[in-house]
Order: sequence, then structure tokens, then C-alpha cells
Amino acid sequence: MNHRGFVAPTMMGFAQALSRPLMSEEIARRRGLLQALDPRVRVVGLLALVLADTFSRRLSIVLGLCALAVVIAVLSKVSIGTLAKRVWLIVLVFTGVIALPAIFVTPGDRMATLAGGSLHITRQGLTAAALLIARVETAVTFTTLLILCTPWAHVLKALHSFGLPNELTAMLAMTHRYVFLLVEAAGQMLESRQSRRVGRLTAGEERRLAARTVGVLLSKSIELSNDVYLAMQSRGFEGEVRVLSDFSMQPLDYAGLFAFLAASVAAVWIGR
Amino acid sequence: MHIPDGYLSPSTCATLYAGSVAGWYAALKRLKRSLLSRLVPLISVFAAFAFVVMMFNLPLPGGTTGHPVGVTVAAIVLGPSGAILAISIALAIQALFFGDGGITTLGANCFNMAIVGSLVAYASYRLIAAGAAIASKRRIAAAAVAGYLAINASAFVAAIELGIQPLLFHDAAGTPLYAPYPLSIALPAIMIGHLSFAGLAEAVISAGLVAYLEVADPKLLRKTSGITVGGEERLGAAQLTSAFPRRLWLAVALLMLVTPVGILATGKAWSEWSPVEFAANGSKAQVAAAATMSTATIPVGMQRLASLWTAPFPAYAPAFVKSAAFGYLLSAMFGVGFVLAVCLLAQHCLDRRRSAGHSL
Repeated sequence: MNHRGFVAPTMMGFAQALSRPLMSEEIARRRGLLQALDPRVRVVGLLALVLADTFSRRLSIVLGLCALAVVIAVLSKVSIGTLAKRVWLIVLVFTGVIALPAIFVTPGDRMATLAGGSLHITRQGLTAAALLIARVETAVTFTTLLILCTPWAHVLKALHSFGLPNELTAMLAMTHRYVFLLVEAAGQMLESRQSRRVGRLTAGEERRLAARTVGVLLSKSIELSNDVYLAMQSRGFEGEVRVLSDFSMQPLDYAGLFAFLAASVAAVWIGR
Repeated sequence: MHIPDGYLSPSTCATLYAGSVAGWYAALKRLKRSLLSRLVPLISVFAAFAFVVMMFNLPLPGGTTGHPVGVTVAAIVLGPSGAILAISIALAIQALFFGDGGITTLGANCFNMAIVGSLVAYASYRLIAAGAAIASKRRIAAAAVAGYLAINASAFVAAIELGIQPLLFHDAAGTPLYAPYPLSIALPAIMIGHLSFAGLAEAVISAGLVAYLEVADPKLLRKTSGITVGGEERLGAAQLTSAFPRRLWLAVALLMLVTPVGILATGKAWSEWSPVEFAANGSKAQVAAAATMSTATIPVGMQRLASLWTAPFPAYAPAFVKSAAFGYLLSAMFGVGFVLAVCLLAQHCLDRRRSAGHSL
């Protein structure tokens, strides 16, 4: 039986979600390599490296890209401890659990025999597991660097400048804003319920409480969307979304873009 | 079910991005027609709502916990198009801002959860709740079943995407380059968890939410209820028939007309052999190659069960029709007619039961 119930872990998840943007904003303000580049270069460059990581078929190349991610992190003043805690450990546990059985079940050349001959470690299985873990670690590190070093509004502006439709840009921006509002509202609802609670709720009661909380949250969301719509109309919104884009490329940005793309192309070419 | 970067090959990612883009385009076009400028705040706030719902850790029978996706609630309140966009945006925010789910695999995650999930949830909810009053308990049960089916359908598609990776993408030595497990492992490994826990989480939250809305905010259930807004008057069978889109009928007719194209394809679909076809040299070689066997023999069970049922239209070619193309067309007409007859019969039975209920 789960004695922690659903309220405490859910509230903890909410608190973590609320703390993340604060940390990102703090890192995005630092004077580092990525922060110095135009947001469009960051988006294109890091996504190109994620693609190169996905395309590479050789473990050595994927590990090389991982080393490059660490170098970029250090130059961008992102602490290795933060990356280890936020990315590497979580990915290692999650993907490691998934990849581990592959060492035994993938057919191929036997390298060692365990459990009295019933389990065989194969070279192909070992390579497949290492490749999967390294590839996921590398891709998530690049994505996390982008998120940590670029304010959300800049990511959206960059995506918009690459042709993302106005409506989608506006929806992504609004959703991001209201996620935090609704997380706060849901947290307050659970907190107030928790403060009035005496004793322990049964699992069934907790399920009903969760359903009611989500129900109230839904009603609030719809109400909020009506209010937002009226506010937009009162400001003259007629269905046309406009996004300001005031980025300008400097020589350093072109150099950064070239370096990112050259590294990506080289990784794909050598790792094919 | 959020597939991270690195699990799927670039070509799988590209294919599923293409599938998702088609789904987004269709959903956006459909919504633009009906909602116009109301679209942006509604979808945005609902996406934020779905995002928060995914953070709820629900206690499940057996002492474990699971988190819902919110796709069923979105499909019930917004309809399938709205749900596709809202869940896709929630997934995009998760991937781009919180690093949950990959960027190269965002298309796959949206395809699995937002598109497949929304369509399955909407179709099963509409089917089970058809004709039920807004405050009916059947709607609660329909939401639970829809939630369970939607999550499991999404998981099933994800399992197939992961399970085909080692088959299609491996190096010369046989080392899998992406997700390493074949379908025989990926399918049970993913489905057991979803059939037992994750599906339940979605079922619990969907049923609980519909039960809450029936009392607290029933107007939110009207959009997908099939009930007219003015009163509790349900569309009758005749109205339904006339409201049935004419273009859909035309599409069905067109599809029936092109069914003989299937004759042009040579060979036999994998695993659809009859014992006679299985014994043919080509098929035997195919099976032996795939199963790394030196030779393939007709399985005893296949031979024994093959004679259990003889189809009236074997191989879409009724015995009394000489032309293969006409046989295909006739089979298509028979198939569509049979499905329509079953639907009309079910509708008739439901109408009779309802009118008996009203007269009591």
C-alpha cells in the first residue's frame, strides 16, 4: 500500500515544475558561449547536433558528441553537477533499466556466460545497450542546454522566424504561461485540502479527491480561456496573431552557426 | 510512453512527423472553420490543463500509482480536433521546455498520444455513450472505457514503433542501432504496464471527471454528446441519416470502386498464407529466411484449424463470379452493406429500448 498518498508527491511535482523556470532564467542570464549567440543559432545548432547524434551509427562518434556537449556546457557556465543531477543520472536509470536486458537477449557473438550457462552476454547486445544509453544521454544533454541557456520567449521567437505558424507560436506561448498559473492553482487546491485533513484517506477517497480537483481545474481552465478571449477581443484581436522578431545576426553568430553545422555534418559523415 | 531522443531511427521519426503534421493540419483546418479567433485561448488553456493533469500521481488498485495523459478528457470536452492540438501542444512544451520526451521523437509522441489517443478516445466514448442523457451513468462508464482504450491504443502503436527498430535498423554484425528489442519483447513489455496500470489511471481520471462534470458543469459535456443544445432532444435515426456527410458516402463508394486494384499486387501478405499457399516454394523460402531455419514445414495447428471455417467469399472471389475484379467489387459492396446493416440493427434496438424506457 502506498502510504504517501497522491497529494504529497503531486504537490512535490508541482513545486519542482515551478522551480525549473527560475533556474533556467538564472542560467540564461549568465555570460557564456551559448548565451552570447543569437537564439536562432542556438536552436538550429543544438537541434542539428541532436539530429547528428540520432543519425550516427558508431558508438565512438556518439561519445565524441557527448564530450562536445560537456565542453559547450562548461563554456556556457552550466554546472556539470546540474547536468549530472537533471540529465545524466535520470537518463542512466531510465534508459539503463530498458537497455540492460538487451545485453542478454540480443543474438550475436557470445562474450561471457552467466547463471550456469542460461544467460549469455553478446558483443552485439553490449554494443546496442551502450549505443542506446550514450545516444539518449547526448541528445537529452543538448536539449537541456538549449532549454537552460535560452529563455522560452526567445525559443518561440526563433521557431517563429523559421516559419512556425503564428497561431501555433501564440498557442505555445500562452500554454507555457498558463501551465504555471494552473500548476499554482492546482497546488493551492491540494494544499488547502491537505490543511483541512485529519487522518489518512483511503486510496478510493484519494482517487475521488483527484477527480474532483481535476474537475474544478477544468472548469477554471475553461473560465480562464473565456476571460483571456474577452481580454484579447477588448484589445482588438481579430484572429490574426503577430509576433515581434528583433533578432539580428552578428559575425560571432555566423561563426557559431558554421561551427555547429560543421560538427553535425562531420559526425553524420564519419558515423554513417 | 514519452519516447526520448535516440530510441527511434531518423526515418521512423520523419515518417511519424509527417503523420503528425497531417493530423495537425486537418485538426487546425477543422477548428478554424468552427471556432475562428476563439481557437487560440481555448486550445492554449486546455493544453496547459492537460499538462497539469499529466502531473497528477493517482493511487491505483494494488498500491501503485500512475499518471493520466488527459487525452480522453480533452477528446470529450473539445472533440477530436481540439484534443489533437491541445495534447500536441502540451507534449511540445514538455519536450521543449521540460525535456520530457525527445525533440526528434516529438512527432512520434504526438502521433501516438495526441492523434491515435484522441481518435480512439473520441470514437469509443461516442459509441458507448450514444443516445445516453448528459447525466447518465453510461457516460461515466463510456469515459472510463474510452480512457483505458485510448492509452492502450497509444501504447500499442508506440510498442510497434519501438519493436520494428531492430528489424529495420542494425549494422552488418546484427547490432541494433536504436531501440534494441524486437516486437516479441517490446509488445508484451510495454502493453503489460499499460493494460494493468497506465490504462487504469486514465480510466479513473476520465470517469471521475465526467461524473464531476455531470453534476457541476454539464454544458462542457454537450459538445461531443450528440444531443442538441436547445433541449434534451436527441437526433433521431432519420436525422442522423440525413446529417451523415455526403462526401463520406462518396469516399466510401470511391474506395469500393478502387478495391480491384488489389489484384495488381503480386505475392501474398506476410502471415496471411493458407496451408496450400504456405506449402508453395516462395512462401516457404520467405519463412525459412525470416526464422533462420533451413526449411519451413506447414505447422500442424495451421493444417488442423484451416478447415474449421470456410468463408462464403474466399479470397474476395465468390465462386459464382468469373471476373476477379467484379468479385472484389462485389465483396466490397457486401462488406460495407453488412457493416451498415449491423449498425442500423443496433440503432433500431437502441431506439426500441429507449422508447420502452420513456413509456414506463
